[in-house]
Amino acid sequence: MNTKLNISGRLFDSRLFLGTGKFGSAKLMEEAIRTSATEMVTVALKRIDMETNTDEILSHIPQDKVQLLPNTSGARTAQEAVLAAQLAREAMETNWVKLEIHPDPRYLLPDPIETLRACEELAKAGFIVLPYIHADPVLCKRLEDVGTAAVMPLGSTIGSNQGLKTIDFLAIIIEQSTVPVIVDAGIGSPSDAAKAMELGADAVLVNTAIATAKDPALVAEAFALAVQAGRMAYQASLRAPANQASASSPLTSFLTKT
Amino acid sequence: MNTTFSDVFLQYQWDDIKQQIENCRAADVQQALSKNKRNLHDFLALLSPAAKPFLEEMAQRSHQLTVQRFGKNIQLYAPLYLSNECHNICTYCGFSMDNKIRRRTLSGGEIQLEAQALRQMGFQHVLLVSGEANNSVNTPYFLQAIAQIKPLFPQISIEVQPLDQEDYVALRHAQVNAVLVYQETYHQEVYKNYHPKGKKSNFDYRLATPDRIGAAGMHKIGLGVLLGLEDWRVDSFFNALHIDYLQKRYWQTKYSVSFPRLRPAEGVEAPNFMMDDADLLQLICAYRLWNADLEISLSTREEEIFRNHVIPLGVTSMSAASKTNPGGYVVEPSSLEQFEISDERPVAAIVSQIRQAGYQPVWKDWQPEFIGN
Repeated sequence: MNTKLNISGRLFDSRLFLGTGKFGSAKLMEEAIRTSATEMVTVALKRIDMETNTDEILSHIPQDKVQLLPNTSGARTAQEAVLAAQLAREAMETNWVKLEIHPDPRYLLPDPIETLRACEELAKAGFIVLPYIHADPVLCKRLEDVGTAAVMPLGSTIGSNQGLKTIDFLAIIIEQSTVPVIVDAGIGSPSDAAKAMELGADAVLVNTAIATAKDPALVAEAFALAVQAGRMAYQASLRAPANQASASSPLTSFLTKT
Repeated sequence: MNTTFSDVFLQYQWDDIKQQIENCRAADVQQALSKNKRNLHDFLALLSPAAKPFLEEMAQRSHQLTVQRFGKNIQLYAPLYLSNECHNICTYCGFSMDNKIRRRTLSGGEIQLEAQALRQMGFQHVLLVSGEANNSVNTPYFLQAIAQIKPLFPQISIEVQPLDQEDYVALRHAQVNAVLVYQETYHQEVYKNYHPKGKKSNFDYRLATPDRIGAAGMHKIGLGVLLGLEDWRVDSFFNALHIDYLQKRYWQTKYSVSFPRLRPAEGVEAPNFMMDDADLLQLICAYRLWNADLEISLSTREEEIFRNHVIPLGVTSMSAASKTNPGGYVVEPSSLEQFEISDERPVAAIVSQIRQAGYQPVWKDWQPEFIGN
């Protein structure tokens, strides 16, 4: 019943993706990757030491089990992001890229115009592009048009742990999308992750809530369970909660009256 | 309209702010603490003497906010002093023109040796520092130095004399990531007493410098005041006012704040206003509570014990094993320092201290290709 997630032909058993920033040590990150059973982790190109072959982050990611998803964090324009993706492809030997263009360094909100431009260019150049975007349903369709592999709308601002503030728009995106929808940013607790999955998201990406926890490995495992539970609930087609009582005097009874 | 910070600055009076800080009561501090988002008025309450009894609570909040925003990471950098030539007289500085010290500006070969030594120590973020000698240590000199060390350092910051906007554009294109410039004091009436001679005596030109850096599209601007020159509380309020203005105006730029506390240096007077460790910690926490996104940097001016303990309390970047004299790493270790450093531990000791605190030392966090248009 639990079908695999397919992104550009690669199949994933786990629908929980992890970020690698903010961990107190590379070892804690490695343990969280293990207990979460994630199969995709994103790594900021700017954090990777390409000069030496002993990069601390990369050496703690089991690349036989996990798809590396380099991200372009730090780029403010499409041009910079495209360049970063090319560098990442060389450095990490993958054509997967998480496209992040946030010119605003405070809230790290994505620039939709630059993101669309970069996505088009990168998709043409053969990249598997997963763009981080605002929960904007129209932008999602435009990204599909230019060849995006998935969309990664935000639940709330990065690192805020505020959960699914954009839930109404996420629902529209999920309803309309022909590519996988991965809810990224703001997921603060396993219940947020479960909620996103129940809503029909194809996967979620979590970083801050795991990396800054007292026990990242334990929290990572909790997220993994929540994602599975949410996915199962979605597949079981949960009924929507009733938000009003049934009327005691039926409105349509006149049809059967003689 | 071509406004600068000066337009904002002129709406505030030093003595009024001083009075407002003194008037703060515990209730103001409690109100500031109770908020999720804090404004400059809250910042003022949090740095006031009335907040002293709340230091533990402030430290707890500061820790939480910093972990949430920056994670358990401490960025590492080291200064590379290019020159101690200076045409300014600054009463507090070891490089002041009237100090009879041997002047030295590193040559290309010497810069290379110093840079290689730093790279071998593990640093990938270097801060280039100089005095102000515009005839010889100027933008062409800096560009040359940067071109030379660029292959070694993905992240280059610079702390030199104030320059013009086109110089900052050139530096950005040369892959400079951040420019640091400290106003030293916002107390305009006494600024001239500390800076009697040289280009630095022009308060207004210095005050408008971050505007020029922002307009040049630099990724990061570092600000600070020289703590100990004047009342650090009032000066810090103005520094925050400055950051607040810049952050709204140059919204694509990151901001960092540093805390140069006056320390003894050869031929200079003792600080006018003493600031003890509790004061400095209060200030760090006040900045963090006011502005969760601000990068906070702590140099080796501070002592080992203090630096060890503030790692989780709001700081995001630290220097290590610093030399504050040109050639100090390998070329001429005995030349005169700008100021005495207090934390003289080798890099490995700092790294292990950071790890012991449960934090990850970060050597690289920048991609030099992100230079903008």
